[in-house]
Amino acid sequence: MDLVQLQRQFVDYRTSLYHEGFLDEQFTQLQELQDENNPDFVVEVVSLFFEDSERLLNELARALEQQSIDYKRIDAHVHQLKGSSSSIGAQRVQKVCIAFRNYCEEQNVEGCLKCLQQVRHEYSLVKTKLESLFQLEQQILTAGGSIPM
Amino acid sequence: MLCCWIASMMSMNCLINCQFKCTEASLLGDSGTKMWFKCWDIISTYSFKIHHHYYQFIGSKRVSKTWWRKLLLSWVIGWTVVSIWIFCYMSSQATEKRRETLASMCDERARMLQDQFNVSMNHIQAMSILISTFHHGKNPSAIDQMTFARYTERTAFERPLTSGVAYAVRVLHSEREQFEKHQGWTIKRMDTLEKNPVHKDDYNPDLFEPSPIQEEYAPVIFAQDIISHVISIDLLSGKEDRENVLRARKSGKGVLTAPFPLLKTNRLGVILTFAVYKRDLPSNATPNERIQATNGYLGGVFDVESLVEKLLHQLASKQTILVNVLDTTNRSYPISMYGSNASDDGLELVSHLNFGDPFRKHEMRCRFKQKPPWPWLAITTSIGILVIALLVGHIFHAAVNRIAKVEDDCHKMMELKKQAEAADVAKSQFLATVSHEIRTPMNGVLGMLHMLMDTDLDVTQLDYVRTAQASGKALVALINEVLDQAKIESGKLELEEVQFDLRAVLDDVLSLFSGKAQDKGVELAVFISDQVPETLIGDPGRFRQIITNLMGNSIKFTEKGHIHVTVHLVEEVIDSIEVETESSSNNTLSGFPVADRLQSWKGFRTFSQEGSIHPFSDSINIIVSVEDTGEGIPIEAQSRVFTPFMQVGPSISRTHGGTGIGLSISKCLVNLMKGEIGFVSIPKIGSTFTFTAGFTSGSSSSKEYKSQQINNQTNSVSSEFRGKRALVVDPRSVRAKVSRYHIQRLGIHVEVVSDWKQGLSSISQGGSAFNMVLIEQEVWDQDLNGSAHFIDNLEKRAITTPKVFLLSNSISSSRANTTTSGVCNLTVIPKPLRASMLAASLQRAMGDGNKGNPRNGELPSLSLQNLLPGRKILIVDDNNVNLKVAAGALKKYGADVVSASRGMEAIELLTPPHRFDACFMDIQMPEMDGFEATKRIRDSEQNINDRIHFGELSVETYNNISNWHVPILAMTADVIQATHEECLRRIRSESVGRTSVHDLLMASVQPPLLWHALRYLNKSQFFPREKNVFL
Repeated sequence: MDLVQLQRQFVDYRTSLYHEGFLDEQFTQLQELQDENNPDFVVEVVSLFFEDSERLLNELARALEQQSIDYKRIDAHVHQLKGSSSSIGAQRVQKVCIAFRNYCEEQNVEGCLKCLQQVRHEYSLVKTKLESLFQLEQQILTAGGSIPM
Repeated sequence: MLCCWIASMMSMNCLINCQFKCTEASLLGDSGTKMWFKCWDIISTYSFKIHHHYYQFIGSKRVSKTWWRKLLLSWVIGWTVVSIWIFCYMSSQATEKRRETLASMCDERARMLQDQFNVSMNHIQAMSILISTFHHGKNPSAIDQMTFARYTERTAFERPLTSGVAYAVRVLHSEREQFEKHQGWTIKRMDTLEKNPVHKDDYNPDLFEPSPIQEEYAPVIFAQDIISHVISIDLLSGKEDRENVLRARKSGKGVLTAPFPLLKTNRLGVILTFAVYKRDLPSNATPNERIQATNGYLGGVFDVESLVEKLLHQLASKQTILVNVLDTTNRSYPISMYGSNASDDGLELVSHLNFGDPFRKHEMRCRFKQKPPWPWLAITTSIGILVIALLVGHIFHAAVNRIAKVEDDCHKMMELKKQAEAADVAKSQFLATVSHEIRTPMNGVLGMLHMLMDTDLDVTQLDYVRTAQASGKALVALINEVLDQAKIESGKLELEEVQFDLRAVLDDVLSLFSGKAQDKGVELAVFISDQVPETLIGDPGRFRQIITNLMGNSIKFTEKGHIHVTVHLVEEVIDSIEVETESSSNNTLSGFPVADRLQSWKGFRTFSQEGSIHPFSDSINIIVSVEDTGEGIPIEAQSRVFTPFMQVGPSISRTHGGTGIGLSISKCLVNLMKGEIGFVSIPKIGSTFTFTAGFTSGSSSSKEYKSQQINNQTNSVSSEFRGKRALVVDPRSVRAKVSRYHIQRLGIHVEVVSDWKQGLSSISQGGSAFNMVLIEQEVWDQDLNGSAHFIDNLEKRAITTPKVFLLSNSISSSRANTTTSGVCNLTVIPKPLRASMLAASLQRAMGDGNKGNPRNGELPSLSLQNLLPGRKILIVDDNNVNLKVAAGALKKYGADVVSASRGMEAIELLTPPHRFDACFMDIQMPEMDGFEATKRIRDSEQNINDRIHFGELSVETYNNISNWHVPILAMTADVIQATHEECLRRIRSESVGRTSVHDLLMASVQPPLLWHALRYLNKSQFFPREKNVFL
């Protein structure tokens, strides 16, 4: 594939991610932090986010299955998830987390479960989107091009 | 009780006084009235004293009204009694006087009557001597009726009181016949006459019957012609006469009959009878001897009535009194001798008369004809006193009532005053409470709006949310202002005492307004005199508030021209007042005329009393002027500029917004800073606000400050430029001064020239080369050819070609010009000038690496890159992603980052000795949150510091640091007030030493906020491990 086309596709895709609200300013800043000394910074951070999130989602699912639900614990997990998602700029996940915490405060099991579903959904969405973005990036890099800012 | 005592004392005194005066008055007559005045004086002094006492009494205790009623009543009653007494006294005096007058008159009359009677009596006695001598002593008798009658007639003037004199001879019965024969008439008796009273006309002595046979007889032989009818009548036959005769011969003195109607005249009269003796008898002769020696009897008839009448006629004022003369021999039946019998129970006086007859008693009774007159003097005096007393009482009453009323009013006023004050306090409290209560939910609203903005919104929705957020922010700002006002009014606002950099504060304010100024095309400039110390101790927040307020107002009302802020020392301004006045009106920042700022501080006390400034004391008085070329304040509105909520006009708030509270708050704040605020404003030209404020010098008070000073923000960047030289081309001296000030702050030596020619000459002359040339945009635009020529020559003449900068007011226009001028190495420095921005621009143009973040234009990373390399920073966060991002951000700027995921780990790492320069800590962490971890770290630091201090631990093992205190910054995504306040609370409870609100930092993991955090760290002297408290 033509490098220029790849680059354009990459830019378009990234713009659409911003546009659809999957990502926000924070992700741009994250990218800005990446330089020669730290070439894989974004990927590292994002994969860390994936690991972390999956762990947290599992924890949450387990916690909500319990007979007596420990809302404090759930709140702490959601807080974590919210923090890390806002750190990488996955703002849709972050927003669901806010709603999740509200339900948690109300000790609303159904709301929590609904939110868990949503978070899972949003998380998998952003994960695929980011993975495809990184794939595109990788393709450009292997083709010898530079990542357009 | 005191009142009673006073009252009684007073009344007693008055009585004494009055009595004294009264007696005196009666004695002195005329002077009496004067005395009364004196008396009145005394009374009034008493009343004054009473008032005095009353007031004293009031002072200690309020007298109840009833007390006053009683006192008043007793006063009135007392004075009524006194006036009655005076009346009685005076009228009795008058009566007494009248009686005395009467007595003296009566006595006088009695004495005269008695004298005249005595005279008559003496004469009759003399006549008896005559008869005894010439009738009985001679034989034949030398006296016959004829002689006697004539003699008596001719000597009648000697006896004014007698109407007639007769002589009767003693005839014994044995001698009767011889006697009758001798005389030629028989002795006649009198009693029939008495029984059958005869009228004068038909009086006939022959009608008398001859006297019956008696032992002896006393027929009248001689008589005065007037009473010749009594001749031959036997006196002893008349009842009255017989008694008289018998008594007369017994006593040898003249005796009087009781008054009886006289013969013939029938008028009331008395008869005086003297006995005529044959021989001279010794004075102590017995009555019998006297009877034996009796020869005859001489009798004089006294017509008492006519007699008294005659007497009284001789006296003056006879008509004023009535005189009665009575024979009171028989006490029970006094016989009236003279005067009417009209009985009058009025005043009557009795004088005794002595007519020489001890048996008979007479007296004279005198009365006034008129009844006694009313005692007007007494009446008027007493009534007068009563009236005066009542008036005084009334005055008392009125005064007491008035006082009571005034007191009541006063109490009411006090109550109202208290209420009003309470209401005012309540108002302020209400405002404070309500404002606070509104602010808290408002923060929630703002936070939520912020979150809402992050959600998926379309353009319209986003616009709505932005508007809502802007309104909310405006509301919070307003509430803060109202809260400030309320705090100031209730006196709760206290100023902080912290060290701050005045220039940094002004830079901050300037950056706040730079956007707006650029939009409007208004030039903004700050100039701070070199004399003003780098750091001051005071309240930077409030100082900033004042400046922001004034500049905000200026920028609101200024459409063209400039806003110029100047800061001087007060001493400096006083010295230069004369010089300043010379400056022409055109020599301003933008060339527009301005209101002369000298006028704005005309009224300041500081200038009028220069003695109050102590040059050696720590206090620094600065004077700040904000000068604008706006529309000015209308003259009629100038007086209420500092009144809260008073704007120039209602249209102002519509066109420009605002509450009109800002200036009022500013004024209060300035007052709190022991300064003054004033202004001068000329409509259509502009306004200049000037205020003074007192601070203390920062550098002299703390030694530790000196080390910090080096690390000042401007200094950290200035090291790069130190020793360099700059040329400023600007014809306007005021503007050049501002440029020079800012450039000099970077340590650059500045020379100012006014045009191209001078510039070139100084470049070619100068021994050392200029590193940069800064050209005012105005100069550049005016003469493009000249500028091109200058640039050309610059390259030729200068030893090393200096960089050329354009000082421009608005970015867009300057860029356009740059392109047209075609000079490629021209860098634009946007105004307003600030040290940090200037440094950034210069560095970008002159430095080799341009790694700065182009997005912001301000290049905040510039200083960070100088700041962070080699610094060891600990990041504590339980969230791996956050940890990684934050670490990445810090590492990017060269910091040596250590990560920790738990609070306990952080505590271990931060237990001295360690090499960390700072710590970023998440607040919300499981197991141990940020607050707790910080507290433990502080405890351990304190512990070690103490032990080092007491020598238990050696300083060497602790890297020669005796005071461990690592800066800890809180990281949170939660920017809502509650967290901020919680941080504050924690800081307050755990702080070591004094801490200001500004020491608190809230950093988000988001890089823009992180930069803020790092900038903040930089500002607050991050590197030396001094006593800065962060959470």
